[in-house]
Amino acid sequence: MIGSLGLDILQKLWWLIASLVGSLFLFLTFVQGGQTLLPFLARSPEEKSLIVNSLGRKWELTFTTLVLFGGALFAAFPLFYATSFGGAYWVWLAILFTFVIQAVSYEYRRKPGNLLGTATYDLFLLVNGSLGILLIGAAVGTFFTGANFTLNAYNLVAWTHPLRGLEAAFNPFNVSLGLFLVFVARLQGALYLLNNLDCTAPAMKALEGRCRRAAFGNLLFALPFLLFVLFRLLTMDGLAVDAAGRVSVEAGKYLHNLMAMPLVALLLLAGLVLVVAGVALARFGASRRGIWLAGPGVVLTGLAVFCLAGLNHTPFYPSLADPAKSLTIANASSSLYTLTAMTYVALAVPLVVGYIAYVWRLMDRKKLGPADLEEAELY
Amino acid sequence: MLVDNIDLAMVNWARAQFALTAMFHWVFVPLTLGLSFLVAFFESLYVRTGNPEWKRITRFWMSLFGINFAIGVATGIILEFEFGTNWSNYSWMVGDIFGAPLAVEGIFAFFIEATFFAVMFFGWDRVSKGFHLLSTWLVAIGSNLSALWILVANGWMQYPVGMAFNPDKARFEMQSFWEVLFSPVAVSKFTHATTSSFQLAALFVVGVSSWFLLTGRHHTLAKRSILVASVFGLLSSGFVAFTGDEAAFTDARVQPMKLAAFEGLYQGERGAGLTAIGILNPAKAPADDQDPFLVAVKVPGLLSLLANREPGSFVPGIRDLIYGNPAEGIVGIDQKIGRGRQAVSALAAYTAATAAGEAAGRAAALTAFQQHQDFFGYGFLASPEQAVPPVALTFYAFHVMVALGAFFPVLFLLFLVWTMKDTIAGKHWLLRLGVISIFLGYLASQAGWIVAEVGRQPWAIQNLLPVTVARSNLTAGAVQTTFFLFLALFGLLFLAEIRIMLRRIAQGPASF
Repeated sequence: MIGSLGLDILQKLWWLIASLVGSLFLFLTFVQGGQTLLPFLARSPEEKSLIVNSLGRKWELTFTTLVLFGGALFAAFPLFYATSFGGAYWVWLAILFTFVIQAVSYEYRRKPGNLLGTATYDLFLLVNGSLGILLIGAAVGTFFTGANFTLNAYNLVAWTHPLRGLEAAFNPFNVSLGLFLVFVARLQGALYLLNNLDCTAPAMKALEGRCRRAAFGNLLFALPFLLFVLFRLLTMDGLAVDAAGRVSVEAGKYLHNLMAMPLVALLLLAGLVLVVAGVALARFGASRRGIWLAGPGVVLTGLAVFCLAGLNHTPFYPSLADPAKSLTIANASSSLYTLTAMTYVALAVPLVVGYIAYVWRLMDRKKLGPADLEEAELY
Repeated sequence: MLVDNIDLAMVNWARAQFALTAMFHWVFVPLTLGLSFLVAFFESLYVRTGNPEWKRITRFWMSLFGINFAIGVATGIILEFEFGTNWSNYSWMVGDIFGAPLAVEGIFAFFIEATFFAVMFFGWDRVSKGFHLLSTWLVAIGSNLSALWILVANGWMQYPVGMAFNPDKARFEMQSFWEVLFSPVAVSKFTHATTSSFQLAALFVVGVSSWFLLTGRHHTLAKRSILVASVFGLLSSGFVAFTGDEAAFTDARVQPMKLAAFEGLYQGERGAGLTAIGILNPAKAPADDQDPFLVAVKVPGLLSLLANREPGSFVPGIRDLIYGNPAEGIVGIDQKIGRGRQAVSALAAYTAATAAGEAAGRAAALTAFQQHQDFFGYGFLASPEQAVPPVALTFYAFHVMVALGAFFPVLFLLFLVWTMKDTIAGKHWLLRLGVISIFLGYLASQAGWIVAEVGRQPWAIQNLLPVTVARSNLTAGAVQTTFFLFLALFGLLFLAEIRIMLRRIAQGPASF
């Protein structure tokens, strides 16, 4: 069946798959959010250890999802991979550095002989959770605000801004999107900890309260940035591409996309409502399951944003230097053969999600409490 | 032009950076690949016997595995990004083929590792014994599966198959996933890299255990570990030799220049001898008649046997490959460059005619391109001599690798025999040699990659895409800056890793 799908269908499908992986990554950034909450939530060494170990059991999942997001874009939209990574050099390297320092920090932070000391590794976690997510947000923002590249006749990229990608971090829309993601990661981090830590012990009550307040507080911080991003998104000009591949400026393009794709509007609305509901449940109720509303909410919101960027004849990587060279899911994609082969491979994704969910449940049946700090393997 | 200028300084910095990252990554990966299986063996013995000593052994080696694993993950993501950041022309021109195994690696392998790693480390009291054991095995399988996919990608770069050039997009496109997956080079790359990694991990376990015996500590752990590891190492050594022979045989077919370089063979001959030991003449150039060796001990006929499975057969040398050898049916690189340039200019004409909408010109250019397209990559070489990889580095790396590859099985055998006789603790010279062999294992492993990667220069994709074209459009300064940033970061993390590892080893299995 997959073998009979047309190239245009596969391109849309792979945009959706890549969007889903990217959105799942945004959900899993609760790890990064949690890392930045460490100084605010933990008041004792034990609390700090519990938080780090709770996040430490999930960090690799987030990391791997980011790697897969890169891999999926490479396989399905290689022209984007080549253009953005080779062009926006400094922003991607900066992001990369913040993830490299994260990857060793959990394992090394408390090990004897770790050279740099626990405080340094905790600082690495903070940098990864704040700057790393902010820059990822700024990079995603360029899906709407565009990037300074041009392509030669053979599709090879040249960048036209001396900052090579870092200029994205000076655009108010991109920065707002980045900050929004930082605060969303933090509110998710608080909700995840509330869910994952064993708060039944009396000594844990204070930490529980701090998690609940942190979720709410970060939602409040996120709101102005969300409103600004939404306002700009629905009023900004965008590029449109016609059947012949001609690119033109269209006023209110993303608003038009939203109206043309009511399902996407629904996803966006449902996503945001779920995030708010998850936080409200934690702040004003006794439930610890807010993350299971807010997390899927983030996934739906992410999906909606990616759909607005790439579907409905919209270039998902607009070129500011030469709009005609903007990347669309049609001109940036892999060949029919590769997309077909990759789609067969993608049939395994539900299986992967299934065993991850199974192991997650199995490992988290017993919540992480002070008794677990006796274990030999600790971060 | 496809590329307007070739900035050699930038290309060389990009190569240095990629070499730095790949070699640094490969410090940690082989131990992960092999130690994961050893830990799975130890835990299987624990579950089978119920003996808590095996559990202590399992947990001790697992803790070393964890320290090593984290930094392997950290360096792995850099490699994935670097294809895009430093080799963006490459990423576009072959992304249709190369991206797929990378994505498959993510889907099939990385999540197995990430998910079950957490169970393996933190699940002792949270899941059943059986599920824990399964998780440990899955981490080993997942790690080795990820090696499979990345080596399939690497194998394809050495021997590009299952694809065709699409002149409209100016890129190579995949035609057969199975051809890419089961290419002989991919298979031999995977089997050789994994089995040699098992060997390295076995050396690591034997070496650390030797140190315990030398310092009179943890006797039970050390002897049991040596027993399991030396059997694993011995078996792996057999496979390493077999797959290495296979790799040389495929090299002779698909990368004869690499074979000639790692043997220092300038003048091809029938019944070519294999150099057992040799010192290269540094003044030797391909065109002159100097002896390539200052000193050399050769085993007659062995190279022909290795390369072609026929003792009297002809093995082409660097000179034959550069300047051609009509008697042996070898087309020289000077001729290939001529045809390559025709392919490059035909592609330019095709692209220009397409843009201008000239149907006739387009068809003519396409025909011209198709005539010469197999030599496309040669069109970017300035001289035939550019097709020769650095001979000395490739030669010495190959010989160090082979010599060590012959030494390790002897070492494992001695350890095995004396451990079975329970006299190993008294063999101090062997224990010392065991400790030193940890470093020799890393040396052999790195040398192997030098042969594979330096030996295929100047190509990013053999015969199709030289590194000078594969690069990104960056300044040398930018890449130079990130090279030193990475160097500083890696240096720091490496020191931290070594110190943590040494402390953990010094601590021994006491805390479990």
